[in-house]
Amino acid sequence: MLELLIGAALLALVVIFVTAPLRRARQSGPIVDPEIADLEARKEAKYREIRDAQLDHAVGKLSDDDFRRQDAELRREAIEILKRLDRLQGRSP
Amino acid sequence: MIELGSAALTLAFLTALYAIVAALIGRDGDRRWIESSRRAVYALCMLLTLCVVVIEIAFAGDDFSFNIVQQHSSIETPTFYKFTAMWSSQEGSLLLWAWVLSIAASAALFATRAKLREIVPYATAVMMGVAAFFVGLMLFAKNVNPFAGLDPAPADGVGLNPLLQHPSMMVHPPMLYSGYVAFTIPFAFAVGALITRRLDAAWIRSTRRFALIAWAFLGIGLLLGARWSYTELGWGGYWAWDPVENAALMPWLMGTAFLHSIMVQEKRGMLKVWNVSLIVATFSLALLGTFLVRSGVLQSIHAFGDSTVGPYILALIGVVLIGSVVLISSRLDDLRSERRMDSLASREAVFMVNNLLLIGLCAVIFWGTFFPLISELFTGDRASLAAPWFDRYTTPLAIVLVLFTGIGPLLAWRRVSWRSARRIFIWPAAIAALAALLLALTTDAASNPWALALFAFGAFALTGLAQEFWRGGAARQAVSGGSMAVAMVAVAARNRRRYGGYIVHAGIAVLLIGIAASSSFQTNRDVSLRPGQSTVVNDYRITYERPTASVNDRAFTFGAVLDVKKDGERFALLNPTRRYFRPTGTPTPTVRSFFAGESTSEVGLKAGFKSDFWTAVQTDISGIERRARMADERFREVMAVLAQRVQRDPAQAPAAARFARDVLDRTAGRVAELYSSQAPAATFRVIVNPLVSWMWIGALIALIGALIAIWPSAEARRRRVTSLYGARLGRELSRA
Repeated sequence: MLELLIGAALLALVVIFVTAPLRRARQSGPIVDPEIADLEARKEAKYREIRDAQLDHAVGKLSDDDFRRQDAELRREAIEILKRLDRLQGRSP
Repeated sequence: MIELGSAALTLAFLTALYAIVAALIGRDGDRRWIESSRRAVYALCMLLTLCVVVIEIAFAGDDFSFNIVQQHSSIETPTFYKFTAMWSSQEGSLLLWAWVLSIAASAALFATRAKLREIVPYATAVMMGVAAFFVGLMLFAKNVNPFAGLDPAPADGVGLNPLLQHPSMMVHPPMLYSGYVAFTIPFAFAVGALITRRLDAAWIRSTRRFALIAWAFLGIGLLLGARWSYTELGWGGYWAWDPVENAALMPWLMGTAFLHSIMVQEKRGMLKVWNVSLIVATFSLALLGTFLVRSGVLQSIHAFGDSTVGPYILALIGVVLIGSVVLISSRLDDLRSERRMDSLASREAVFMVNNLLLIGLCAVIFWGTFFPLISELFTGDRASLAAPWFDRYTTPLAIVLVLFTGIGPLLAWRRVSWRSARRIFIWPAAIAALAALLLALTTDAASNPWALALFAFGAFALTGLAQEFWRGGAARQAVSGGSMAVAMVAVAARNRRRYGGYIVHAGIAVLLIGIAASSSFQTNRDVSLRPGQSTVVNDYRITYERPTASVNDRAFTFGAVLDVKKDGERFALLNPTRRYFRPTGTPTPTVRSFFAGESTSEVGLKAGFKSDFWTAVQTDISGIERRARMADERFREVMAVLAQRVQRDPAQAPAAARFARDVLDRTAGRVAELYSSQAPAATFRVIVNPLVSWMWIGALIALIGALIAIWPSAEARRRRVTSLYGARLGRELSRA
């Protein structure tokens, strides 16, 4: 009997907690658009790559020529991401 | 209490199943189901936490109506160890697995609540599939329910294996399990990425930190296990190539390869097939580790892990491997590299070599570990491969790995020109050559070319890493001014992932130097001494000053006081001992029963930066056992008289029991005194272990590096600007 009571109480708590989102109206879109979040993450990763290349150049691992070529390519890729982000957010640069 | 735990466990199983269903319903875009599945994972975590709390309360309160408590604790078990006794049992280990997984899954889903919309439902289903498997095992497999009860409850328990009563053992199993379990997260997201064909680096970016945490936990677990072996088992080593040790080392090596190769995918869009294959292999090896600890299929010092769940875990490994191979094969087109390797003189090329070396090490260890089963399969005889076999094949691979540990951080991504390479390598190469020359001329390192090579490559790696800090600091100083020390800290703080990684590499190089020195130039001697006698080992004069003996309710402790002198001066006064534990619940306790249980060694250790002086004692207790037998005969006579009295007057039973206990204690005390006054010769294992402390120090350095790399950097903060793209890029870059 005690087992049943404890089980029922726990079950009720879990059901209330877990099904709370289902009792809301169907959500049309996320609060934070996951695609924007993904692009933001890709942008941060690209920035990190650019900074890494800058540091590699500063400490002498990359020659001037190699750095110029790499930096230009990475910046081009970063700008592509920024453009896509702006298109999704409906704003201009 | 049992009812509460049982209800929570049953509900946990149903909640995990619900999370799978809700996640799969929500995969088409209804966020309410995704949110509900995430909440189900949080609920699972709370329910399993409740299960753990119930079990811990039962252990703390000596509630022997719980089978798990009766089998793995007793009234005499020290309180400190009662709290950790849970994971010495099979059912407790399974509960720990599921509980840690529920915590890791909750953290992963919280971290990705606004990311990876397509991948998360499948990742949730995989994580909860694994959780449901382990919770289901506890509920449905034979003899592994942590809430199995005993009615009537016995008055006392069997007790905790004395070998497990060591501070390292409090932390070692949960660390290993946390490491195994945390690899579920990147595996689950990899499966999600494969199913949804979202195979860019997004899943890696979101789970990299979990992989690093898993790697760090597994590393700490390995280290604590090695420390336990060094100080508790009494054989003098820290690594025996025991199958269960190997089972934890393999996923750690594979995880190390994974952590390196995902950087190549993040930076260059390459090695996609390789990365998903590596995480599948790492997770499968983590499951294999759990299987080996719990199955008992291979002879191991971890004999306390007999199990009934081995076949189920093996089946899960089969499902993981077959399912993953099918999935990867069906996605080969999407897994094509975005770029090709520009040059062999690049960091990605070195990472590839490093990956191959790590996998080579893993393959050697796998073969050696499972050779007994393989040989039995083909020849019918179970033949094992011993430590020298492992050493022969792993040593050269480890040495080359140290070299590449040093080369990798020195190179840039994509390409390094020869002029830059010359500038970068000249100092590390010069210092390495100088170190090799000095060691060859001033020590006996040249007698072991492998060790000499490792020292030279270690010097190369450490110099290269120091140079990286120096050059980074100098670059920062040129821009911001200030002292070099401040500049180095600033550049490391700004690039935590890179410099954290460098510190990990430095730690691993130091650790391997410690291993090479201690294993190649160790002095290991067994000597037999009587009290008052002396012997000389290396530069140390060791005198067996006097024997020691004591007894309490749980154990006899016999030992020796050793006076160790170096250059005529006292170097250390050590007291190695050997403890003989009385099995708990012995029906009629006797003095001899103390020698029927487990015995453990407490070593005498004087640790130092240059070398450790380590000693363990093997006492000759044959004389003591003879005396104990005689004492027990007298004791039995006393007991027979007492029994007659109690038969005549049952009211005297409690007083008689107290008297019997008192007689037993005094008899045991006299036996201990006898050993102190007439101790026979004892055998001492004396080991002088050069540089072994650096192994622990190196591991600590690596751990600090991992923490720095895990810690989120300031650049993770979001920035919002509205300038033109080029200028905006420049501005955003200059901010972090």
